[in-house]
Amino acid sequence: MLLAVVTLTPFLGAVIPLLAIRYGRNFCALATGAVTLTALVLLLSQAPAVYRGDVITWSVPWLPMIGLSFSFFVDGLGLFFAALILGMGLLIILYARYYLSADDPLGLFYFYLLMFQGAMVGIVLSDNILLMLVFWELTSLTSFLLIGYWRHLPESRQGARMALIVTGGGGLSLIAGMLMLGHIAGSYEITEILQRGEIIRSSPLLVPTLLLILGGAFTKSAQFPFHFWLPHAMAAPTPVSAYLHSATMVKAGLFLMGRLWPVFAPTEAWFLIVAPVGLITMLIGAWIALFKDDLKALLAFSTVSHLGLITMLFGLGTPLGAIAAVFHIVNHATFKAALFMSAGIIDHEAGTRDIRRLGGLLTLMPITATLAILAAASMAGIPLFNGFLSKEMMLEETAHTVYAGIVWLFPVLATIGALLSAAYSFRFAISTFFGPPRDDYPHKPHDPPLGMWLPVAILVVPVVAIGVLPALTAGPIVERTALAVVGEALPDYKLAIWHGLTPALFMSLIALAGGAMLFGLYRYADAIRLALPRPDAKRIYDAVLSALVNGSRAIIDVTHNGSLPRYAGIIIGVIVAVGLVGFLASPHEAGTREIIPMSFPAGVAWIVLAAICVALLFWHGDRLLALILTSGVGLIVSLVFLHFSAPDLALTQISVDVVTTILLLLALNLLPKTTPAETDAAGRLGRGGLAAAVGLGVGALTYAILTRDFQTISDYHLAQAKPGGGGTNVVNVILVDFRGFDTFGEIIVLGIAAITIFALLDNALRGAARKTLESIRHPLQSKDAHPLILVVATRILLPLALTVAVFIFLRGHNEPGGGFIAGLIVAIALIMQYLASGYAWAAQRARIDSQAMIGSGVAIAGIAGLTSLFFDWPFLTSTYTHVELPLVGEIEIASAVAFDLGVFLTVVGVVMLSLAQISRVEERTERQPVPKGPMDIPLKQGRIVSSSKGGN
Amino acid sequence: MELLVASAVGLMTAVGVYLLLQRRTFPIIIGLTLLSYAVNVFLFSAGRLVVNLPPIISDAGAYTDPLPQALVLTAIVISFGMTALIVVLALRSFLETENDNADIPGEDLAPEAEADR
Repeated sequence: MLLAVVTLTPFLGAVIPLLAIRYGRNFCALATGAVTLTALVLLLSQAPAVYRGDVITWSVPWLPMIGLSFSFFVDGLGLFFAALILGMGLLIILYARYYLSADDPLGLFYFYLLMFQGAMVGIVLSDNILLMLVFWELTSLTSFLLIGYWRHLPESRQGARMALIVTGGGGLSLIAGMLMLGHIAGSYEITEILQRGEIIRSSPLLVPTLLLILGGAFTKSAQFPFHFWLPHAMAAPTPVSAYLHSATMVKAGLFLMGRLWPVFAPTEAWFLIVAPVGLITMLIGAWIALFKDDLKALLAFSTVSHLGLITMLFGLGTPLGAIAAVFHIVNHATFKAALFMSAGIIDHEAGTRDIRRLGGLLTLMPITATLAILAAASMAGIPLFNGFLSKEMMLEETAHTVYAGIVWLFPVLATIGALLSAAYSFRFAISTFFGPPRDDYPHKPHDPPLGMWLPVAILVVPVVAIGVLPALTAGPIVERTALAVVGEALPDYKLAIWHGLTPALFMSLIALAGGAMLFGLYRYADAIRLALPRPDAKRIYDAVLSALVNGSRAIIDVTHNGSLPRYAGIIIGVIVAVGLVGFLASPHEAGTREIIPMSFPAGVAWIVLAAICVALLFWHGDRLLALILTSGVGLIVSLVFLHFSAPDLALTQISVDVVTTILLLLALNLLPKTTPAETDAAGRLGRGGLAAAVGLGVGALTYAILTRDFQTISDYHLAQAKPGGGGTNVVNVILVDFRGFDTFGEIIVLGIAAITIFALLDNALRGAARKTLESIRHPLQSKDAHPLILVVATRILLPLALTVAVFIFLRGHNEPGGGFIAGLIVAIALIMQYLASGYAWAAQRARIDSQAMIGSGVAIAGIAGLTSLFFDWPFLTSTYTHVELPLVGEIEIASAVAFDLGVFLTVVGVVMLSLAQISRVEERTERQPVPKGPMDIPLKQGRIVSSSKGGN
Repeated sequence: MELLVASAVGLMTAVGVYLLLQRRTFPIIIGLTLLSYAVNVFLFSAGRLVVNLPPIISDAGAYTDPLPQALVLTAIVISFGMTALIVVLALRSFLETENDNADIPGEDLAPEAEADR
């Protein structure tokens, strides 16, 4: 429990700085510090137990089916890292308070920082590796925000993006690796995995797993060839560089290597991959660092180099190597963070951090200079400072490392690395602080306020303390941490300054002397460097990235060329291919269901349908003809439904067809009347071939279905329709009762479609659309736009149609009919008035708003469904009762009728809204006056006046 | 009879797809309408072809499968909603651009230049 609280405290506390900033920067810094301090105190309360050798775990299942649990554990390694993250966090919070200027949003900075802190603590305390992956990705995201904190600077944005791409890409690799690891081990808990090393090492998937995990660790810890993002991330404010890029985030990869060390270190692959990568990173980083003039860039590459050193130590696979690695993590975190902060102070106070423009700062800012020189001495590996001790342990370890049979390789290269490290440390310290004081600084440099140099001083204390009395100060921490890494009893080792005349001592001396010499001959070394080829990692990265962008763009240009037929063709082609593969991959035998004998009318209908289809293929260019032919198809489909025992479908189909045809006619009135023939024969052939393939497939599939028997799932519906639903028309009962929820969703969809149509056309009378409308002339217009016979007939039909609709609606529960069909009939009856007398005439008389109808329809259906909740029945449960009516006799009323009424209203509203909207647009092109004629119901006074003014 | 229905579904699908692959909006709408017919009959045929046994409870005691019918009924109404929507979409885009091409002009697809390269 406590561990989860430690992890979550920074996350929960992250909002505090956003609020606290209103009360000033000091208060904000204090509040943020309090959050971190709380987490640190809680964490350290576990320290005594951990140092007794306990492992504290806490776990809650999260998604047990995929192995994800919210589980944490703390041992020596986790405690060490978590304390490092939180402790360093406190110093950074203090430092950032003074470093960031008043214009920078400090609250936001602390918010990001705490989020990052929580994610880091999460990584090091997670027991579940899937949970750890979540935190791992969170660090990538939060570090993106932190690096890009100065979002107005382009290099800051670029650096943030590069860091995100590289570490995020590594994160993907890590996800794959961790999933494989968990799969092999049979558990996603680290505590379990660590005990199953034997199983993992004997798995054939060992090497791929290892490579994928290392992909994550190497990118995060900036190992060659992924080292390049780290220096670019230095565009971040210095507190971020000091925190993320020296002390914590880049150590996440090292932590991971340390955590999984007992599993992988005994394998040969581990040594063969990790050790040389670390060594190469160490050398390249140090070499580049030597020639960087920007203090922060120098430190950045130096960090790359030291990360390489630690990686190499882990990679050696020996317990002593692991001890040295842990020890160097402690030491590097202290002196490098101190140096970063010093560089920030110099930049802040002197206005530049270019070595060529610095010098003599010892007299101008003595406190900063002293602290920075001490830290730099440690980085150089001078005795009595902590850097010397771990570096000597490293050299000692490499001295008896044989790689690929070559005895000298590791010792010599490691010594060169140490030599370069000493050289750039000298350059950092001497060129900046010694020499004559200069007076050409942008600002007059002086020591910063206490709050800014205090964190540096706090860090320099262990630098010296560990350097002088290693066993006393760092001994217990190193021992407990290394014990957790190695997982078994440690071999004999001694943290001491003097080990006797060991090979490491000589290597150390060579490195220091050589480093001093190299610094003395800096000019010649620089000339050598300039003569050597210098591959710029950023340029390679940019090239790779733009190649990727161009590659995907090329693919998009081909597939996404804006041609809708092509998209449709690709989709349909894929469907055909998938269907074909499925067809070829399975056995085929004829169906055994009894065939219904062919009848003469059916044959005639088929011939008509086939003729229509063929005619459509050839004459679809004439759009009116195509429309008429299509409605012919609709008629035949209705007949099919009627013939094969589906009266409801036949009724619905035929009424929908009427509405659809009117709708298309209305639209066609405005659209061009013909489709120009497409000229390319190849395209026509391709489309034809594809269409034929689809038709053949669907036809064959239908035939296959029709000739096979099946097991129906409708027995329940048939059996319960009458006793449960109170109706004999099972289709209708299914719609309003059994599957009422589907129908409810459907009428909502219909309503949304109608309102979208309304929105699309409501403002079509403005702008470009209006111009088009006004340019449309109807060449062939009947002189008698509103024929008298049609007007009279529709008026007479209206009450009849409404009566039929009521009848169809009421009987729907027991006989073919229902809300859908009744709604369509009413809509058709109303549309006929529009057809006969024109939009303006009908619109003046429309008393009910279609939108209100849609809304009330959905509402009624919803209320009808909700009512059942009052009786403690599930949503949309229906009931029915028998009512005795005078004259009519006993009738049955089901509560589902209310639901069906909602359906009815919605359907009427949807159809009317769609058609009326098109008609309204259409009216723009009409040159005819609003008719006044027989059978008119007199309008109210005001409306007639306004209409006669507008019309005549 | 089964062969007639199956081949009719195939025919409607083929013509529907052919029209769907045209470049102008109106043939595409017609194609979609035909495709809807085909799909509705296809879904309906999942209940197999049964003559004179409507799913209306009576003394007969034998019925065709009502479930595909209920599904197809909603499908018919929904396809009206869909057709109405694309017709209006096509109409509006014609009114705005004065052509009824379904293709998007190439330059609309050009990716925006990166802000800070």
